[in-house]
Amino acid sequence: MELTINGKVHQVDVDDDTPLLWALRDELKMTGTKFGCGAGLCGACTIHINGNPARACLTPIAAAKGAKITTIEGLSDTGDHPLQQAWVKHNVPQCGYCQSGQLMSAAALLANNPTPSEKEIDSAMSGNLCRCGTYPRIKAAIQDAVHYYNASEQQEKQGGE
Amino acid sequence: MTDNTNAISLVDRRRFLKLAGVSSSGLILGATLPNFQPAWADIAGTAAKDKSAAPLNLFVSIAKDNTVSIVCHRSEMGQGIRTGLPQVVADELEADWDLVEVVQGLGDKRYGNQNTDGSRSIRNFYTTMRTMGASARTMLEQAAAQLWSVPASECQARKHRVHHSASNRSASFGELAELAATQKVPAEDTLVLKTPTNFNYIGKPVATYDTPAIVQGKGVFGQDVILEDMLIASIERAPVLGSKVAAVDDSAARKISGVVAIENMDGGIEPPLFHPLAGVAVIATNTWAAMKARRALDIEWTDTSHASHDSAPFIETLKQRVQQPGKVVTKYGDVASSLASAAYKHSATYSVPYLAHASMEPPSATAVVKDDHCEIWACVQVPQATQQHVANALGLTPEQIKVNVTLLGGGFGRKSKPDFAVEAALLAKKMQRPVKVVWSREDDIRHDYFHAAAASHFESAMDDDGQVTGWQQRTAFPTISGTFANGVEHPSNGELSLGFADIPFDIPHRQCETAPAEYEARIGWLRSVSNIQNAFAVCSFADELAHLRNRKPDEFLLELIGEDRHIDPNQGDFEYGNHGASLKDFPLDTARLKQVLAVTAAKADLTQKGDHVQKAGEGWGIAVHRSFLSYVGIATKVAVENGRVAIKEMHCVADVGLAVNPDRVESQMEGSMVFGMSLALMGGINMEKGAVTNSNFHDYPLLRMQQSPKMSVTLMGTEHAPAGVGEPGVPPVAPSITNAIFAACGERIRDLPVNKHLQLV
Ligand code: FES
Ligand code: FES
Repeated sequence: MELTINGKVHQVDVDDDTPLLWALRDELKMTGTKFGCGAGLCGACTIHINGNPARACLTPIAAAKGAKITTIEGLSDTGDHPLQQAWVKHNVPQCGYCQSGQLMSAAALLANNPTPSEKEIDSAMSGNLCRCGTYPRIKAAIQDAVHYYNASEQQEKQGGE
Repeated sequence: MTDNTNAISLVDRRRFLKLAGVSSSGLILGATLPNFQPAWADIAGTAAKDKSAAPLNLFVSIAKDNTVSIVCHRSEMGQGIRTGLPQVVADELEADWDLVEVVQGLGDKRYGNQNTDGSRSIRNFYTTMRTMGASARTMLEQAAAQLWSVPASECQARKHRVHHSASNRSASFGELAELAATQKVPAEDTLVLKTPTNFNYIGKPVATYDTPAIVQGKGVFGQDVILEDMLIASIERAPVLGSKVAAVDDSAARKISGVVAIENMDGGIEPPLFHPLAGVAVIATNTWAAMKARRALDIEWTDTSHASHDSAPFIETLKQRVQQPGKVVTKYGDVASSLASAAYKHSATYSVPYLAHASMEPPSATAVVKDDHCEIWACVQVPQATQQHVANALGLTPEQIKVNVTLLGGGFGRKSKPDFAVEAALLAKKMQRPVKVVWSREDDIRHDYFHAAAASHFESAMDDDGQVTGWQQRTAFPTISGTFANGVEHPSNGELSLGFADIPFDIPHRQCETAPAEYEARIGWLRSVSNIQNAFAVCSFADELAHLRNRKPDEFLLELIGEDRHIDPNQGDFEYGNHGASLKDFPLDTARLKQVLAVTAAKADLTQKGDHVQKAGEGWGIAVHRSFLSYVGIATKVAVENGRVAIKEMHCVADVGLAVNPDRVESQMEGSMVFGMSLALMGGINMEKGAVTNSNFHDYPLLRMQQSPKMSVTLMGTEHAPAGVGEPGVPPVAPSITNAIFAACGERIRDLPVNKHLQLV
């Protein structure tokens, strides 16, 4: 089967019912997407399918066929997505295990809603658990990234005019 | 401070080069770490990426390109130790942090104690790390002195170079490492440590070393290890302690494509130690096939004596037992007569359920076994214990087991038990191929080494003035000792040293007792251990007394604590642990506790005496507790409306002594508040017929972002020696919440979690 991940086409040879999570981690050796619960309860496996956040542990690869999949490895080329920069600035991660999923949920939020309210941040991030308790910093980093993000969007727009 | 005296000696360079296969030369120092003799040192510096790097000592090597590699020998699980320890070395070495590469130390007894637990990495290794850095720096300075034919006293290392200001010369560390090897190793008593005002990194919020990798998904955790030709194992384990496989029908499982083998795992051993549980392992070419086939297994388990264990009635039984006379642990004065002659008496019984660690990364280990050698990659807190237990299981010696510690996706004490690494080793041996054992979330929650369910009972006597004159406390919980020996029913002194026998109150008649509790499931350390139930009960009971006497809780607590003094809990006929430190170096200092209490109380709006119930529905609660040699206070504001409770604000005040990395100390306190809220509000493992009924985050919930309140962290007491950080923030959280709930609505919650009594917003 063909999967389009981070702009590249990959071949995977697994059963149709295999969750995308295991195709990514076992077959494609892309381990940035994490296994936390396997049941859609923790968000550690969050990826984007056609720009929308999805739980890779609940997405059979058959359902991902033909879709544009983005994983943490494809969030930016060099780790300079505004959220990644804000994460570094706020020193967000503790153990780091949940952070791929946190970043992917946050990135989907900002892509669809560049000026989220605190409530909207809470609700977009409510599916992502962090046992280490980095919530206050995640929130602060998202709020900070909103500024970068909007500034760079602005620049892009102006550049296009 | 723990005294990690360093005996530094020059290592035979040729020997080192031969052993390490190093092609260039350099300088090697030896240091005696706690618990081992200098046995220089085939591993020193070999972990550096650049194999031509010159090892300066067990922890430091310098490459010609100026990269300084510093070994972190303790496990990183989110506490920031891969930043904290190397930043101490780098500071004394005068290295430039931007040129530092952190190398994870293998399991090896030459590093000294590697058990990353007890909140002690910094406090036990702070001085050692400084000495390692200082000795390497001194030798670099001596090398420069020789190079320029000037006195060493005129050469000074600064920011990765050694300078001779009189002649305006300087050389980089990389240029000097080779010559430094020929220098005489300075005697320890000649080493000059930097004065704190000259620190570049110690006490500064150095950015976490692994963060740039983590935000790109490049951190390698135990679950992420991939080896050539590797198989994946998923294991169905015995649901009840002591149970074994009686019969298995694996015919359906074998039909699933990708399945390579199905193997019985021996087990059912008691005491459980760190042995794997009995079970049936499905070994497959990929994780999904292993998991799917495992679901198709039909297994019958043998019966065990633990199959009648139901946790809810068990906790009720413990609560009954702690209300009866027990075994005396400490005794001051005459409690019985003080209770008999009291003007007022009050008593209360508290309970905390079994709890699971639920680190975000479920346990995982990968192993390869070849002849008489085994190599492991695992997210363990205890690389040396892993060597030992894997060696025992394979019939090898610990030296034949190489343990690579990956990043840990959280540990909290679960990954101090290397049972999962032993599973991987046994299966890798059977398969003669690399095997990764992948625990699922359900495996993690059901087969944890649980925090013990506990009951506590308190009785106090007060005189006419409201002074507390007598205090009786009793506790019962299955002890961690039961993990290591059969038939132990009373807690160990170690457990009773965690906020039970060492309560810091000045009460003339005081007695601590224990009651028995059966060991029915694997029990282990969970972040702050027995401090959880002890702080919950002690801080709740003190709050109850304050309210009964119409006193402000903080003023009442100040009185209970009494004069500024150093308390010696050994005086009550007790052998006090003090977290492995001496009371001389780390006294139980009521002045520090009271300072933390005062700052904590100031964060809260604790209303005046006689008016403790605040604006309808809102209330503040406080709690303070000393553990892991640190003093932490929590002030919490809650709102209760129509039987629903929300945490509105939480403030942490922490005296942990010198904060080597204040940013990571703050993040640990933030994390402790979240961890404490999870356990207080919604934590609880339920067992029926000996088996855990919870399975995943829907029935073992954790705090989510929308429930996480505004928080602050205030650090104080930084003039003291560094004390524990990872755990001491947790204990005061639960009682601060339940005290706040009482202030808000008059409901006193004595049985955790809160969501058994009130709904959570
Ligand atoms: S692993 Fe997919 S939501 Fe938890
Ligand atoms: S950083 Fe450890 S789980 Fe989030």
